[in-house]
Amino acid sequence: MPELTLDGRALRVAEGTSVAAALALAGDGCTRTSVSGQRRAPLCGMGICQECRVSIDGRRRLACQTLCRDGMQVETRA
Amino acid sequence: MTQGLAADVIVVGAGIIGAACAQALARRGLDVLVLDAGLPGATAAGMGHLLVLDDNPAELALSQYSLQRWRDIARNLPEGCAYRSNGTLWLAANAEEMAVAEHKHANLRAHGVICQLVGAPRLCEREPLLREGLEGGLLIEDDGILYAPATARWMLDQPRIRQRQARVAEVDGARVRLDDGQWLAATAVVLANGIQATELCPELPIQPKKGHLLITDRYPGQVTHTLVELGYVTSAHNASGPSAACNIQPRPTGQLFIGASRQFGTTDPQVEGWMLARMLKRATEYVPALAQLNAIRAWTGFRAASPDGLPLVGQHPQRPGLWLAVGHEGLGVTTAPATADLLVAQLFDEHPPLAAQAYLPQRFLGEPTHA
Amino acid sequence: MSAHADVLIIGAGPAGLNAALAAAPSGARIVLLDDNPWPGGQIWRAGPQASVPAQAQRLREHVGALNNVQHHPQTRVIAATGPRQLLVEDAERGWLIDYDTLILCTGARELLLPFPGWTLPGVTGAGGLQALVKGGLPVRDQRVVIAGSGPLLLASAATARHNGAQVVGVAEQATRGAVAGFAAQLPRWPNKLLQAFGLFDRHYRTDSHVVEALGTERLEGVRLRQHGKLVELACERLACGFGLIPNSQLGQALGCTLHGQALAVDAWQATSEPGLFAAGECTGFGGSELALVEGTIAGLAAVGDRQGAARHWPQRARWQGFAKALNHAFALAPQLKQLARPDTLVCRCEDVPYSKLAGQRDWREAKLSSRCGMGACQGRVCGAAAQHLFGWQPSAPRPPFSPARIETLLCLDDTPPA
Repeated sequence: MPELTLDGRALRVAEGTSVAAALALAGDGCTRTSVSGQRRAPLCGMGICQECRVSIDGRRRLACQTLCRDGMQVETRA
Repeated sequence: MTQGLAADVIVVGAGIIGAACAQALARRGLDVLVLDAGLPGATAAGMGHLLVLDDNPAELALSQYSLQRWRDIARNLPEGCAYRSNGTLWLAANAEEMAVAEHKHANLRAHGVICQLVGAPRLCEREPLLREGLEGGLLIEDDGILYAPATARWMLDQPRIRQRQARVAEVDGARVRLDDGQWLAATAVVLANGIQATELCPELPIQPKKGHLLITDRYPGQVTHTLVELGYVTSAHNASGPSAACNIQPRPTGQLFIGASRQFGTTDPQVEGWMLARMLKRATEYVPALAQLNAIRAWTGFRAASPDGLPLVGQHPQRPGLWLAVGHEGLGVTTAPATADLLVAQLFDEHPPLAAQAYLPQRFLGEPTHA
Repeated sequence: MSAHADVLIIGAGPAGLNAALAAAPSGARIVLLDDNPWPGGQIWRAGPQASVPAQAQRLREHVGALNNVQHHPQTRVIAATGPRQLLVEDAERGWLIDYDTLILCTGARELLLPFPGWTLPGVTGAGGLQALVKGGLPVRDQRVVIAGSGPLLLASAATARHNGAQVVGVAEQATRGAVAGFAAQLPRWPNKLLQAFGLFDRHYRTDSHVVEALGTERLEGVRLRQHGKLVELACERLACGFGLIPNSQLGQALGCTLHGQALAVDAWQATSEPGLFAAGECTGFGGSELALVEGTIAGLAAVGDRQGAARHWPQRARWQGFAKALNHAFALAPQLKQLARPDTLVCRCEDVPYSKLAGQRDWREAKLSSRCGMGACQGRVCGAAAQHLFGWQPSAPRPPFSPARIETLLCLDDTPPA
């Protein structure tokens, strides 16, 4: 069971959980703020729409296509 | 408007040059018809960098005057045009380039351009992402940026300007033939269609110079000034083979434009991986942290380059009624207002705001054959 | 680092897995690249809340056990870098890979059409919700409405319900007659009939479509038009997809001819480009059975076993019939083009409303004047929507095909081709 940090909060999730799912388990599931200031959450779930891009260990990646790993740092407001 | 004419003036090309000319003419009370073929042009492909360049006195005069005009225009520009006066920071990687910076500094100061030399220690304060070990830089504070396609559209949004999507197949003095065979006449035709101008006037000494650009996802606040290596002046501008130079521009969106490349002898618009790599290598040599950012799009465009790097602005010496505003290479956006002012002054036979001689088409096309 | 594959397969869904399986006995060095964390594509997407069918499990294990098949998960194609070479990227690094033969099994994505409120958190694609739930998204005790078109709606409802959601409505835009006509043909494909019964949902309504997602900060309910009447349902999630569109960009960038929006292929699953095959939904939507058999044919043809490949033609023809019936039944009604209001965002990356697009000449002009399609998804979502709404042809794909680290692009050879 990997334990990761989501916007400063620690969370333990089941093996194989996506970062997108972890964000919903930990909070409101939102991933980013849009250009006009709306909060957004994953849309396509399969790596196309880019709504779920978050900062994972300092790199911008897609939450829906990334699996949670032990020690991962995820930021949704970076 | 005279009877039987399509407009007082027909402008061919709705890029930034055509738009600036059309706007200036319309403001003089003329009815202007702008024809554009809808082909990809340099205005949409370029960076929208507003900068003073001083490779030669004529270039400096034109860019400096035009930048002043942009500052006036900026007061009325809508936010969508994304005008910012963020300054250009020219980067010197070694002592030789720093000497170039010092020379440039002295020259620009002598002409009243606000600029300052930045030593190595201050460089990273101004731009923390720059790599250590650079020699220094030259900050030109009044340089800026804008979003040229939106600005061109804003310029064309005038009561006396009509726009039409049409491809011009032939020009004959002050009239044009569209590709559907229709002839349109005016008192003057202004050719402002960049590299496509040679299709209508094969005698124009204009070569396409291909450029690549790349844009990143949004990473606000990482870079403030447009960062350009001084090698840009010493190598990229003057090389005859393909070249790349570091040119990084922060957009108001938080995205970064990364350029720049130059290639000759090609009109193939494909994004070429090797050139992209060369350009990005150059950029990451100056800003290593770029390597971890996501690029979202790359594209190419063609600068319309004249042999001396200066535009051709004025009446075609052998084709009365046909006026040229072409050959701006990479400075079309910067020099659009100056080009429009020069053109209008000549059309109205007025005293131009700066000496027009260096930009006259005669320097390549020979003296007028008409009275 | 550069690698070589005799046969390079892009996409490890049903088509890609079967292509690898079919090509493997030749002894060819096979590399299977896939964007997803596990093989199986979207239909057999794995995860902590997924139940992958036994057939899929067996296929995955079978391919996984082949020692001449190398699988790279979470890997995307970034650029075509020369004749028979691609630049690819995973979470850690980018690299170049050379190939002799390429099989594109890049699948399909959902057509997501804009409607008021569709940007609210809680609104996803129909297949989108299914994928997210499989990956562990909690839906227990949440009220879910599924809307749009096609069999995916029922599949998505089943996955949500299986994970504890309360599916309060399934709105299919196709008419009752069209769906009934399609269902009546299902006995021709007994497997599919079983699947359909297994998925049937008592909240399934035909002639129904979404009108608006309701809520301020996040989704609180949905307004639907059911048989002409407006109804409102309170819900925490709305999953809305309007069918599938083939992921043909990579093929297009490699010069392949298109047939409609899909990659055109011949009887051998060969595209118009020599040495380049395609199978599965990137060649047109037809379900997993068609993808499987196309994958087999492509895999065999790619290693030169034409005789073996031809033996699978009758099976393919059978599933092509199913695909045809399906696409006919779920054709989109014209009123779905009217869902967006002037202030409805069409481009979610750049927040461009419908009013900025209506009246533009074409996609290029719309992009330049509104920034539509200029964000991170590069028009994958809004370009497809605009194509449906306005009939605009999207621009040809250019590298990078998806957002890529600049570091990855630095792997490109910087010497000009001779």
